[in-house]
Amino acid sequence: MQIPIEYYLILSAALFMTGIVGVLIRRNAIIVFMSIELMLNSANLTLITFSSYLGNSIGQIFVFFVMAVAAAEAAIGLAIIIALFRNKLTVNLDEINIFKW
Amino acid sequence: MNIDSIISDLIFIKPEIAIAATLVLIVLVDLISPKSKTALPYISLLGIAIAGVFVVQQFGTAEFAFKTSLSSGMFAADDFGSFFKIIVLLASVFVIFFSISSSEIKSVNDHLGEYYTLMFGMILGMFFMVSASDLVLIFISIELLSLSSYVLAGFVKNTVRSSEASLKYVIYGGVSSGIMLFGISLIYGLTGTTNLYEINSIIQIQSFPHITFLIATLFITVGLGFKISAAPFHFWTPDVYEGAPLPITAYLSVASKAAGFAVLIRFIKITFINSIDHHGNWELLNIIDWRSIIVLLSILSMTLGNFTALWQDNLKRMLAYSSIAQAGYMLLGIAVLSDQGLTATMIYFIVYLFMNLGAFFVVMLIANEIGSEDIEDYKGLGKTMPFLGVTLAFFLLSLAGIPPTAGFIGKVVLFIALVDANMIAVAVIALLNTVVSLYYYVRVLKNLYLVQVDEEKPVIKLSFANGFVIILLAAPILIFGVYFTPIVNFAKNSINILGF
Repeated sequence: MQIPIEYYLILSAALFMTGIVGVLIRRNAIIVFMSIELMLNSANLTLITFSSYLGNSIGQIFVFFVMAVAAAEAAIGLAIIIALFRNKLTVNLDEINIFKW
Repeated sequence: MNIDSIISDLIFIKPEIAIAATLVLIVLVDLISPKSKTALPYISLLGIAIAGVFVVQQFGTAEFAFKTSLSSGMFAADDFGSFFKIIVLLASVFVIFFSISSSEIKSVNDHLGEYYTLMFGMILGMFFMVSASDLVLIFISIELLSLSSYVLAGFVKNTVRSSEASLKYVIYGGVSSGIMLFGISLIYGLTGTTNLYEINSIIQIQSFPHITFLIATLFITVGLGFKISAAPFHFWTPDVYEGAPLPITAYLSVASKAAGFAVLIRFIKITFINSIDHHGNWELLNIIDWRSIIVLLSILSMTLGNFTALWQDNLKRMLAYSSIAQAGYMLLGIAVLSDQGLTATMIYFIVYLFMNLGAFFVVMLIANEIGSEDIEDYKGLGKTMPFLGVTLAFFLLSLAGIPPTAGFIGKVVLFIALVDANMIAVAVIALLNTVVSLYYYVRVLKNLYLVQVDEEKPVIKLSFANGFVIILLAAPILIFGVYFTPIVNFAKNSINILGF
């Protein structure tokens, strides 16, 4: 029996919401990055779902690009966190607050 | 699509190839002679010049490269794209001049190779952005631009300010690109394609679940709104602009914004167009009320930017809010949804390029001398740095839109477009905003000239090269302020987006 497409879409929407909420409420920069990755992966899931449902390959090709971009973004993000940690000895976003209004 | 057509289409991306080749060349030169960094800016300028020649040659072409079907492709080589490529290249040339004399960049002299490499990464991303007619290419090129600019924003990595700016940028940027990607995936699901032209032909005949399509489009608008730093997606702007090294701030505020605008305009015009009447008004499909959305974004950006700028004490941060407000003005031209409005936005962009870069450059030169960007520290600088004081005043007055500067022409053309489209209320709001903005621009002038300083300070000399760059930036503002036919014609001739 085939799994209906709605299930995939609901799962990916749930993943996306988890990512958004994670970004908004977590204060650890590394966890915020994990949440961003979650958002990108939820979009990947949607792309693959539609690709298989519509029977065209654009979505799956796009996913490869997105994975490469996500990897690059994670690498840069972690490097930036390390650079900041060397200066400030914290990754807590509440303490990273030189700039205000 | 076969391999022969891909190879033959490469002639349409000659400027991009030149930029990519320069990027590789910079890496190689840096590898071969790691000690000497003096040649790098000149290699960069050479690469930009070559790319510039190719872009100018490309004016007049209107072709798809990398076709995905008979009538559409990934990449549209057209005048509209070339116009924004010229803007990006001009901004790059000036930013390279800025980098040569910036004391912040000198403090990381060992990493100049990476600096210019990343800058060319940004240029490459922006070049593909302004010509992209496929959501896949739009996403990848925006990411190419973003990833390079995240690193450049934190380039002076031993200062907390710079690292903090970079971290904030990467988090806001990551979230907005995640949201945008989710929107793209929904659009792909609804239409089965990622090509803007194909999406257009599909939404003309089919009807969709309206709300899903609206949400997906708004998600994409979030990603683009982030790039042009329009409110309410502007929260990164002041922090990143303040923390990043000044040449990069200037670059982000002009080039990256230009590329974002180009993508936004292309996205709206190609995807949602129904027809264009002979007056050049765009009849959009009534799936999404673009005019209301853009007017809302624009009024929010103008008001928020101008009113928050009122109580800023750091000049860089004030200019950041002012650039949010400027994005609001430029959005007005798009909200008109006609060729006239688009021309007005493009004219404004040419003017904005010179006046904003100029303001940032003078602020950078002053910060090099006094080590501060605080408006309170500018007291009496009109006497100790006469030339910088006058030119800063000139650039700020142009940003405020005072005649006879070109900033005035830019605003007048925008307001005429608004009034012609019967958007009087919006024009009045924009006008009132201009008045508010005058207050904070003039506050800087007051500190420069009117505040009495007790101690006598010696006059600080300006190097000839820097003075020359300032004149290069100031002269067009003065010239276009009185003789604006060339920029109007240039903008009018380059509004042709491929297909319409």
